[in-house]
Amino acid sequence: MKIGVLSIQGAVSEHLQRLKDCSVEAVTVKDPASLSSVSGLIIPGGESTTIGKLIELAGLKGPITELSKSGNLAIFGTCAGMVLMARQVIDGVEKQPKLELMDIQVKRNAFGRQKESFETELNFKPFEQTLTGVFIRSPLVREAGEGVEIMAAIPEGIVAARQGNLLATSFHPELTNDTRIHQYFVDMCRNIKEVKKIKV
Amino acid sequence: MKEHGTFRVKKGMAQMQKGGVIMDVTTVEQAQIAENAGAVAVMALERVPADIRAAGGVARMADPVMIEKIMEAVTIPVMAKVRIGHFAEAQIMEELGVDYIDESEVLTPADEQYHINKHLFKVPFVCGARDLGEALRRISEGAAMIRTKGEPGTGNVVEAVRHMRKVMDQIRQVIGKADDELVVMAKEMGVSVNLLQEVRKEKRLPVVNFAAGGIASPADAALMMQLGSDGVFVGSGVFKAANPQKVAEAIVKATMNYDDPKLLSEVSKGLGEAMPGLEMTTLTEADKMQIRGA
Repeated sequence: MKIGVLSIQGAVSEHLQRLKDCSVEAVTVKDPASLSSVSGLIIPGGESTTIGKLIELAGLKGPITELSKSGNLAIFGTCAGMVLMARQVIDGVEKQPKLELMDIQVKRNAFGRQKESFETELNFKPFEQTLTGVFIRSPLVREAGEGVEIMAAIPEGIVAARQGNLLATSFHPELTNDTRIHQYFVDMCRNIKEVKKIKV
Repeated sequence: MKEHGTFRVKKGMAQMQKGGVIMDVTTVEQAQIAENAGAVAVMALERVPADIRAAGGVARMADPVMIEKIMEAVTIPVMAKVRIGHFAEAQIMEELGVDYIDESEVLTPADEQYHINKHLFKVPFVCGARDLGEALRRISEGAAMIRTKGEPGTGNVVEAVRHMRKVMDQIRQVIGKADDELVVMAKEMGVSVNLLQEVRKEKRLPVVNFAAGGIASPADAALMMQLGSDGVFVGSGVFKAANPQKVAEAIVKATMNYDDPKLLSEVSKGLGEAMPGLEMTTLTEADKMQIRGA
């Protein structure tokens, strides 16, 4: 099984490293051809306006949307990735690029400017022990639809959510050595593979 | 408990900029052009380096009014420059809420001996460097991001290339060094052995390293990326060009697709007149900004 990291801009190498730590084959995804070979895709943190614009130029918007909606691709978005996956974005730019995959409403830069960026301990639902969440000009989930499971919250709001084969976090698990969330996503991707097999 | 301004949070901010282009802007309109073109951040300043060079005199931090206007106008991060060693200017910029401070040789240095103690700030700093020693000295002072100095405001990439090659060459040397050799190297560079050990282990600088100082075309950006930059700063190169919007978009695409000559040839077409640029031999030693703050 291969898992891809969208390699347009942002924390690409960090996600690749965490996937390798989980002993899975990690590849960069830059075009539709490289997307077709992966069971899962990580959309890393970076600038959502930049990544969103270049996703369209790379011809990836359509294929990502189709593969995920047909259940053939698991997607994990961190920070900017979460913004791109959201159905609705508050405080975006005029033509905020979106993939509109998840039934969540997200507020960009919800904590303010960089000096308000922080790290904190938080509970991620499936885990017994807390983990360190690193928040960098992070978004927050303001509203989540019925099919969305809230995976983590801090006093300011929801910071992790899952909807079927889609996972999104406001924070950056790739910036710590803790591989649990990546492992959790790897397991989601394994399930995708099972689904595919059954369909075949 | 929320912990603000940890080194991980400061360094992480730069990690989110990787593969991107940071553009110098002097007006709200320019900032919007940069954001629309796909810049990952803008550097707000009163004059681009080419104009600072032409104007002469003492170059200081920008007027806070102008910086605030740009912060209001765009949603991407806003950086601002302060003079080397001028921690009061840095305190002002942190208070204003800029997302990153560039302790920059483009402005006139305020202190010829000491850089700012950047550990004291919650906002991250980027600093220029011409070699590995300089980069590691800035990191030990708290810099969370490094950029090559190049030679600002020239539109001539030769110095940025020199500095990037030097840093990469020295990293390769460090990787091959034995423990005792590393101790001597640390002494020669004026840096701690610990930092050199970290470089040897990670096989790279401990923080993100961008290219800056003379990048004026998509090909320049691709060149610097292929030499190992994590991203690029474009100073005078965008808004001193005849068609800023087109040049800005082309440099963004070139930085992402730096290893794709087909796409690079496409985006390089018909960009119009580039910034004029300066040949290095026309600069006296006193004209060179890169020698400031070693």
